[in-house]
Amino acid sequence: MNDDEDLSAPVTMEMRLSVNGIGYPITVDTRETLLDTLRERLDLTGAKKGCDHGQCGACTVLVDGRRVTSCLTLTVALDDREITTVEGLADGSVPHPLQTAFVRHDALQCGYCTPGQLCSAVGMLAEARAGWPSIVTADGGSVDARLDEAEIRERMSGNLCRCGAYVNIVAAIAEVAR
Amino acid sequence: MRPFVYRRPGDARTALAELAAEPGAMYLGGGTNLVDLMRLGVLAPRTLVDVTRACSDAIEVRPDGGLWIGAGVRNADLAAHPAVRRRYPMLAQALLSGASGQIRNMATVAGNLLQRTRCAYFQDPSKPCNKARPGTGCPARAGDHRNLAILGYSDFCVATHPSDMAVALTALGAVVHVEGAAGPYTVRMPGLHRLPGDEPERDTVLEPGDLIIAVEIPALPYAACSRYRKVRDRASFAFTVVSVAAAVDKSGGTIRDCRIALGGVAPVPWRAERAEAELRGAPIAEASFRRAADAELTAARPLTENGFKVALVRNVVVRALLDLVGVS
Repeated sequence: MNDDEDLSAPVTMEMRLSVNGIGYPITVDTRETLLDTLRERLDLTGAKKGCDHGQCGACTVLVDGRRVTSCLTLTVALDDREITTVEGLADGSVPHPLQTAFVRHDALQCGYCTPGQLCSAVGMLAEARAGWPSIVTADGGSVDARLDEAEIRERMSGNLCRCGAYVNIVAAIAEVAR
Repeated sequence: MRPFVYRRPGDARTALAELAAEPGAMYLGGGTNLVDLMRLGVLAPRTLVDVTRACSDAIEVRPDGGLWIGAGVRNADLAAHPAVRRRYPMLAQALLSGASGQIRNMATVAGNLLQRTRCAYFQDPSKPCNKARPGTGCPARAGDHRNLAILGYSDFCVATHPSDMAVALTALGAVVHVEGAAGPYTVRMPGLHRLPGDEPERDTVLEPGDLIIAVEIPALPYAACSRYRKVRDRASFAFTVVSVAAAVDKSGGTIRDCRIALGGVAPVPWRAERAEAELRGAPIAEASFRRAADAELTAARPLTENGFKVALVRNVVVRALLDLVGVS
């Protein structure tokens, strides 16, 4: 068998991917990232492709409740995980409190980064409630989950907004945190 | 990206066997660096052996206060651990100074140690780079090296090691537990990473196929008085320009013992042994701290565009030590 020839063909695996509570039996190319699977295979286009290098946060989703960049996450590694995307944040027809706050505070302009901002904020508030510190948390101090502006800005630094809607994004998150 | 076979063994020995059995295989941890390098075309493994189930994700606090950290522990979990925050604040601060919340949730301890340089030439397959493409040359020496090394580099490579966490672990003398082909062995930091010499493609002393299974932090009670101070080009989510991890053991008006390591200045997380020697037994005073920093920096050989790092290191070391001893 010609090794190179064999390996130039895509390698696929059968798996079950659970997204927003729905199990999808899919055949994935091992090279596929979660972001591409969601957008190109499952038609869940909420998570956005910004930089595709983990630097902008537009692709942020939750894996077992923890925020990650889906552009650097291989789908094939997620067969026993639960994925939550922006499409799964609302409770039926009732928007998530962060979604409501983003609308009320006009926390977006073009909206491209918004799904990533929302998923990141959901994960971030859970981290704060669990007592996780940030680098701006006072030395050895306990974490006040109500989070002041400096805490929110530091903890959300993995999500860029090229429209510069940061002031209103911080206000929206602060409202939900308090 | 070249197609690859994906495997996920449940234990370390199986992982070693699977890696050894497949030419061109690599271990996969959190993927935050490796997946990106594969997408950039810098690395093209034929097989990925996902070790996130083969390595422990537990943190144990030893009776003497030391820590045993499974290689699969995520950076975010390590930073949030109460014993890390209380006993080794420099480590918590170094972790929280690195990357973003999302990346810290993904990245593992072992993967953080083994991440590759962010030198622009290394990350661009169209450019020569002795580390990524051995024998092709180092354009960074005469090119874009503002954020590269001032210490420990060679004619072959002037890259810096990018990890913040590794700087704190180097100061703490962490012991890296490795599973190798001939059995388990340990490496004490700063001995894990190697200076480039004429083989910059080898970042560490590990042999191909070796797997880090844990990182142990030997008890160091005075590390409760420690700090990580990082300077970067923006307020958050940026690699270090210069950083220092420092711990001091104060006795009366003198420094009885200390640990100092530097980041952003060398191809390895840099243990500042000359500074430590200068500081041991010295009076607690800004002049002592300045002498300690200068002792380390006598070896500095800045490149054309990064001479600013010499003064920056001096100032950051002095500031970190002043903060630690409570002098404003």
